[in-house]
Amino acid sequence: MHEHAHNSDTPAITLTVNGAAVSVAPGTTVAAAILISGSPTRISVTGEPRAPLCGMGICFECRASINGFAHRRSCQVLCDSGMDVRTL
Amino acid sequence: MNEHFHVLVIGAGPAGISAAVRAAESGGHVGLLDDNPAAGGQIWRKGASLPKPARMWLARLNAASVERLHGWHVFGSPTSGVLFAERTGLASPAAEQADFIELNYDKLILATGARERFLPFPGWTLPNVMGAGGLDAMVRGGLRIKGKRIVVAGTGPLLLAVAAHLAHRGAQILAICEQAPLSRLRPFAMRLLTQPGKVAQGIGLRIATRDAHFYTGCWPVAATGRGRLESVTLQRRGKQWELPCDYLACGYHLVPNLELPRLLGCGIHEGFVTTDKWQQTSIPGVLCVGEPTGIGGVELAIVEGQIAGLAATGRVEKADDLIQKRTRGQRFVRALREAFELDPRLRALPLGETLVCRCEDVPFGVLRDYTSARDAKLHTRCGMGACQGRICGAATEFVFGWAMDSVRPPILPASLSTLAATGARGAHDPSNTTSNQNRRDTL
Amino acid sequence: MSDEWDVVIAGAGIVGSACAKECAARGLRTAIVEPGEIGGGATAAGMGHIVVMSDSPGQLALTSYSQRLWQELSGSLPHSVEYERCGTIWVASDDDEMEEVHRKRALYASVGIDTEVLDSCALAEAEPHLRKPLAGGLLVPSDAVLYPPCAAQYLVEEALRSGARLYARRKLKSAGAGIVRLDDGTELRASHIVNAAGADATGLLPQLPIRERKGHLVITDRYPGFVHHQLVELGYSKSAHSITTDSVAFNIQPRKTGQILIGSSRQYNAGGTAVDYQMVSTMIERARYFMPGIGALSSIRIWTGFRAATPDNLPLIGPWPEDKTLFLAAGHEGLGITTSLGTAQLLADHLVGNPTRIPIEPYLPERFVRNATHA
Repeated sequence: MHEHAHNSDTPAITLTVNGAAVSVAPGTTVAAAILISGSPTRISVTGEPRAPLCGMGICFECRASINGFAHRRSCQVLCDSGMDVRTL
Repeated sequence: MNEHFHVLVIGAGPAGISAAVRAAESGGHVGLLDDNPAAGGQIWRKGASLPKPARMWLARLNAASVERLHGWHVFGSPTSGVLFAERTGLASPAAEQADFIELNYDKLILATGARERFLPFPGWTLPNVMGAGGLDAMVRGGLRIKGKRIVVAGTGPLLLAVAAHLAHRGAQILAICEQAPLSRLRPFAMRLLTQPGKVAQGIGLRIATRDAHFYTGCWPVAATGRGRLESVTLQRRGKQWELPCDYLACGYHLVPNLELPRLLGCGIHEGFVTTDKWQQTSIPGVLCVGEPTGIGGVELAIVEGQIAGLAATGRVEKADDLIQKRTRGQRFVRALREAFELDPRLRALPLGETLVCRCEDVPFGVLRDYTSARDAKLHTRCGMGACQGRICGAATEFVFGWAMDSVRPPILPASLSTLAATGARGAHDPSNTTSNQNRRDTL
Repeated sequence: MSDEWDVVIAGAGIVGSACAKECAARGLRTAIVEPGEIGGGATAAGMGHIVVMSDSPGQLALTSYSQRLWQELSGSLPHSVEYERCGTIWVASDDDEMEEVHRKRALYASVGIDTEVLDSCALAEAEPHLRKPLAGGLLVPSDAVLYPPCAAQYLVEEALRSGARLYARRKLKSAGAGIVRLDDGTELRASHIVNAAGADATGLLPQLPIRERKGHLVITDRYPGFVHHQLVELGYSKSAHSITTDSVAFNIQPRKTGQILIGSSRQYNAGGTAVDYQMVSTMIERARYFMPGIGALSSIRIWTGFRAATPDNLPLIGPWPEDKTLFLAAGHEGLGITTSLGTAQLLADHLVGNPTRIPIEPYLPERFVRNATHA
């Protein structure tokens, strides 16, 4: 996997994070896409911004709403074209 | 959906893969379930060149007659011999039938692996403070770190491996901070000399990270920043200094994933599943391999997996040399435990307002008055959140000495439509005595 | 080692804690004995609702009395108790149930509880996620929900502040004839011993007509605003009355955290704390009938608990005829949280010889004891 661009043979995936378009390489997780967009993945119950801690689906800091479906562990979901991602 | 297996393996890391491969030799219906889209677990993740044993075992797995169930997580067990699982990584609400599965098995091999231990310290909840394996996994999942300044900290062999990988991806590793003192690491390194493969690995890693300062007896005491990490304060031998950085990759070694073994009633001693000569747990028909039986690394996991695969299919006579290898491997379990034992001063890092439970934002100061995990949970909400006590549990176990010994289904969150689907199943045995628990222990 | 007390209360669940607070407040030398966590038994397992119910005159009297007491106390409750006066809506599926709504309204009015009849439109507006159309419902705005373990903790702390003493993490070995013996050898002498041990009440007094009714609950992740009121189907009463069969009823509750709590189920002879997926599935399907959209919600925990049920669904409050030092405050079935404060007042009034604000007769334990002599 390459750093700032993707292999030119495989097209980038474009999704929206909080309304803004983000382009990522195929195989990118939604959690990574959220961080790439510059947003925290969620706001805690006392209002702190949070981002993933464990990267493996057990800390639940990466919960985001994907296509209207709330509380998805975004580190376990791969980006898809046209996905609508919203962070709480 | 409803399936029956002669042998069902939960977890497709090295232990699970080797168990499934060996079990499949017998010709029965063998299943391998994992919540990730590809096999390899945490240690053999895609996105970097895999070591030879990994490639070899993955090739054997692909060639074996094993039914692969990727992208599923087990959430419950209604009765012995049956597991419930839900599809992981759904991006739209569960379409009931397709996203719930009932798994019936004759033999179950638990290879659920381990996760990083996180300890609370001021600022640990800031975005871009991640685990060491955590940042590594995020990078493999597409996070861009080229040119980013990273401090790697905590304890365990994982730190060097992670630092090497991140350096390879173009990150600037500012420091690698191992909390263990050099005096304990030296004997560990000496022990490694008896295992040439590991020495080569260690030397390779050191070369890869040569520009990074490697400190022992050193740990982060605070992470600072507005809205995200901006700098880390490190402490070593009474001195503290601040390092501006973009990411802190900090994890304190590994704790086993015991939720499924506990749910099934497996005997657990001193934090690990007890197993006999053939990896059999206290529950008939349930075997356990790899990290949940003792943190011992990849080689031991592969040996144990094979023993279980053979034992589950009645071919223990083939396991003799594996048994010997396992004995040697168990010395590594002790070596790891001794080398990377946590410094007691790490208990004193959180301040009163430092959060311990991240899901429910429960600070350290509030928890100090309680004497058990359950008491704290009932009265402060610590451990009541979505992670079901996985993160704060390991922390409070170390900081307060609270035993983390209760588990409730679903052991990973499941949608209500999935729970509704559990009713329409096959045989239901109401006399489920394996999970009869203390009556008071209902929350 | 012997201590002298006016009252020794066995159990620091919500009922025992409330009794302790009341007794101590009236100047009685009060001790509480609790083997586990404060509010850690059925108190921790339930829904934490404060709800007026009208299945019998005794139930209506005690729940309305007690609900008002909670209202009065609510201003003093700490944040951790999560008291929320979200109200209850009894949901009517058809015209027959709407008639029941009107009957219920009259009953509630007779004890001074204000209600509002919601027609189909008003119900849909009050709770947009309910299926449409439903016939309507009865809104009881003064009902509330709270978080019971912290409520019990608060009540114990108030008792301690009034001079009570807590024997924590101590089991009762025996209690009767004015003597309470603890498992560590401590002996407490008491003029009055109150058995407030919930589902364990029969451990101290095996002849009590208390049976356990297992319940299941499911709690979700946070979905603030999904549900606004506690919602109960009118058929809940049928479920609560059944003596023998397993049953479920639609009962959903918004927590202050934004999480949604889904119940309810009742089973006798259910054997053990293990989660019964058939019951869970049936319970969720019932909830889904009323709220079709809940399928997508993420559940993070399922648990079980045991309600202490008596044959007539009324609690046991007052003297035990066979031992004049023994009193009961147990057998509250699914209304322990609601009626804890009322129970405490009745018991404390009785102990000091004051007239009770509502008649205590319906709850007297003697009703189950043959040849009981009236005092």
